[in-house]
Amino acid sequence: MIFKNSLFKKSLSTLLALTGVLTLSITLFSIILLGKESWSFFQKVPLKDFLFGTHWAPLLEPKSFGVLPLLSGTFMIVILSISLALPLGLLTATFLSEFASPHWRKWLKPALEILAGIPTVVYGYFALTFITPLLKSIYPPTEIFNALSASIVVGIMILPMISSLCDDAFFDFPISLKEGALSLGATPFEFITQILYPASLSRIGAALVLAISRAIGETMAVTIAAGATPKITLNPFESIQTMTAYIVQVSLGDTPAGGIEYQTCFAVGALLFILTFFFNWIGHKIMTRWSWELS
Amino acid sequence: MTVFDIKNFSVFYGPKEAVKSVSLKIKKNKVTAVIGPSGCGKSTFLRSLNRMNDFIPNLTTKGEIFFFKENIQKTNPVDLRRKIGMVFQRPNPFPKSIYKNIIWGPKINGYKCNWDELVETSLQKTGLWDEVKDRLNDSALNLSGGQQQRLCIARAIAMNPDVILMDEPCSALDPAATARIEDLIEELSQNYTILIVTHNMQQAARVSEETAFFYNGQLIEFGATKDLFTKPKEKRTEDYITGRFG
Repeated sequence: MIFKNSLFKKSLSTLLALTGVLTLSITLFSIILLGKESWSFFQKVPLKDFLFGTHWAPLLEPKSFGVLPLLSGTFMIVILSISLALPLGLLTATFLSEFASPHWRKWLKPALEILAGIPTVVYGYFALTFITPLLKSIYPPTEIFNALSASIVVGIMILPMISSLCDDAFFDFPISLKEGALSLGATPFEFITQILYPASLSRIGAALVLAISRAIGETMAVTIAAGATPKITLNPFESIQTMTAYIVQVSLGDTPAGGIEYQTCFAVGALLFILTFFFNWIGHKIMTRWSWELS
Repeated sequence: MTVFDIKNFSVFYGPKEAVKSVSLKIKKNKVTAVIGPSGCGKSTFLRSLNRMNDFIPNLTTKGEIFFFKENIQKTNPVDLRRKIGMVFQRPNPFPKSIYKNIIWGPKINGYKCNWDELVETSLQKTGLWDEVKDRLNDSALNLSGGQQQRLCIARAIAMNPDVILMDEPCSALDPAATARIEDLIEELSQNYTILIVTHNMQQAARVSEETAFFYNGQLIEFGATKDLFTKPKEKRTEDYITGRFG
């Protein structure tokens, strides 16, 4: 019996260790694959041309491998979607934690979190078939595929992340500080803007950074709605292409494996990986280090 | 002169009556202690005076409280709280610098004055000035518990209130820090009306001139502290102060 028991324990812990190793090795394997294919790409295209080139045309002759248009597309989506989601998310979180009755809160919070569970392809078609026509009716020169429409749905996608993380921060906020502020004749508005927000800055920052990282990696909605025109532009009504959308374009097409066109995928993927990894790392760093800091 | 005139005032948490038809008058520039066992409604009563209970869901009140002849239920609570400072059980300085902690209240309320002077006088009145004058821009959270509590008193004083409400201000402090706060209460009583809720009867005896004894939501006895502690009129008061319950 004792033998059986210890055998069971042993096999269980081995099994758990194996699953851990499996997860790690999948990550490692992806990194190695990305690294290997990117390496052979950079044998043919200098890193400098890739990072600083302003023209991206790997599928057309003459080929050109400047990734900046894709980066600019990605960042346009990030900036526009964040400028929508951050204020909305903050306001939502403020409402949920400061004004909503427990009853409202009970319904609203899960409802918001459902937004995060909708398949992104649905968001893509929602943008293409609903938001874009709407934008077109307001501003006729809007192109069928445009950055703004995609940004709006990406904004909706990351809204629950921001509002949920901020709501957690506000809800944890010491009630004693709120009472202190109100006892000094502060209005709820003064308390929120001058005590609650400044003291929660690091946690709002963490939510922001994690949302940015999510927006950078967002693929389906931007592929469907933002177009496939790599260009450096400030006009959100034009078609653009993000890094993720480019990877989709190449993987869906009949690009032969092993060619340089195929390898661009991995170079772009590696850059994407580094970017999201960086933002996630910063976000978690802020999260684990947060404190009600001096403001 | 009467600062608070409380008439048949009751507080209900849902159906439960936490303060039962209390009537009393609080006199100006005196320290009034509110004592009684845990859960007797003394904190709820204190928090009614500056309407801090407004934020508690399902809480209703009956009766009237007049603050200098003004019915507080009919005043704007923000205006009311400007004139009535409050110090809480646990020190609750804002996560800001010492300096900003002091000026925050007056600033949002649109006071116009010399901020440096205000900070100095407020800290001096609480005996904190010499301890912190070289680090006014440090975080208030770096102060010790006793210093934080005195900072909270200074923060309340900076608003130049008529009344300071103290809700067990020493319950989170060590004996030395408690003694400092008690001395401070005595000094402040020359210029402010102070109400202090405490479960520490020695403290009530030391600092207050008048004492109200609450039991089970009712005001059992109210009078001069020395009378209440030496020759209580009510049996329950006597039982409580002699330590038979509570």
